[in-house]
Amino acid sequence: MHVNPASLNMLSSLLEARTGQRLSTGRHWRIEMALKPILKARGIASCDELVARLAEPGSAALCNETIDALLNNETYFFRDSEAFADLFKVIENIAVNRQGTKRIRIWSAGCSTGQEIYSLAMHFCDNAAQWRGWSIELLGTDVSRTAINRARIGDYSQFEIQRGLPARLMLRWFEQSGSHWRIDESLRKMVRFRCQNVLDVPPPGQFDLVLCRNVLLYFPAANRSSALQNISTVMAPDGGLILGAGETVLGYTDRFRVLPGVRSLYQLALSEPQQISSVA
Amino acid sequence: MKKCLVVDDSKVIRKVACHMLETLDFSVEEAGDGSEAIEFLKHDIPDVILLDWNMPVMDGMEFLHALKALALDNRPKIIFCTTENDADQIRRAMDAGADEYIMKPFDRETLLSKIELAQNGVDSGQPA
Repeated sequence: MHVNPASLNMLSSLLEARTGQRLSTGRHWRIEMALKPILKARGIASCDELVARLAEPGSAALCNETIDALLNNETYFFRDSEAFADLFKVIENIAVNRQGTKRIRIWSAGCSTGQEIYSLAMHFCDNAAQWRGWSIELLGTDVSRTAINRARIGDYSQFEIQRGLPARLMLRWFEQSGSHWRIDESLRKMVRFRCQNVLDVPPPGQFDLVLCRNVLLYFPAANRSSALQNISTVMAPDGGLILGAGETVLGYTDRFRVLPGVRSLYQLALSEPQQISSVA
Repeated sequence: MKKCLVVDDSKVIRKVACHMLETLDFSVEEAGDGSEAIEFLKHDIPDVILLDWNMPVMDGMEFLHALKALALDNRPKIIFCTTENDADQIRRAMDAGADEYIMKPFDRETLLSKIELAQNGVDSGQPA
């Protein structure tokens, strides 16, 4: 299917205007693939015709559907197992500083369909004795309403359940429902989900740990700075920010500094390095 | 180079799995059922066994019991393959000694992920 370059640019601009995310020219091939289901379902012949329809009055629903399809919701359980091993160490170290309040708040910014934050929920539940008496607050946010709705339900396909999730955890924390697997109610209740862009006003309160992995790479430089600025306003001074392996704060903000010892771990640059800097 | 034994009565499945494993830098051996695999283990121990569930002569479950009886010091990691999305079957296999499971058909990335999970050998999602 050939797509007019002008249509590709229109779709790319629409996505950026509504979400702040940019589809680089090198990723334009993805547009056709992502939109195929919409074209098929609505009997639209081509991406060019879709763009024409988007310009018509009363196309808000189609517009939302199109934007949702263009977002990349790639994620899986325990994505990057080495990063998760580090993450568990970081949580342990943050907990040392929270012995007084026994409260830990974690925000997964750009949580997609929820696998990352549910992976953390499983970790806490698997170590229930250690965390008895603690208040563990887990929040997942994503700009995609479709992804958030799926995360809230916690229902995963056979393909999704196989990706990164050990079989014993699957058997322990998921119930088979036909060809799908539904997350255990106790885990589902542990996590709150909210449809929200990381470029918008951040969620209220202060977070001990913010996971924003493989999100910034979809933003142009100015929006990466805005996202990091937003996150910095809700970070605990001794909290940690974890980005994806190929992402950095360097060049986008001076509000965070790199912490040695853990890959892609950052802390607010307000004070002397806190306890979690000792993680190795 | 790590070694994987592919145990499946289907030549086609063996061929596809062997090709995937070779691209993952495994040296690969094949067995047509559980009893052939047990014979293989008497002279060579692979790092990983990709084990079909339904096979003639000796099926996956019988193989796991026979493997236990061998009482190997360096037991290979077992990933059992199934076509059924059946929690009870998966649980029975895990209880009988499988380390992971994989649904057929599978792709290279899923196979790699399952091998890593089996080799990490812990059930919390953390690497050992």
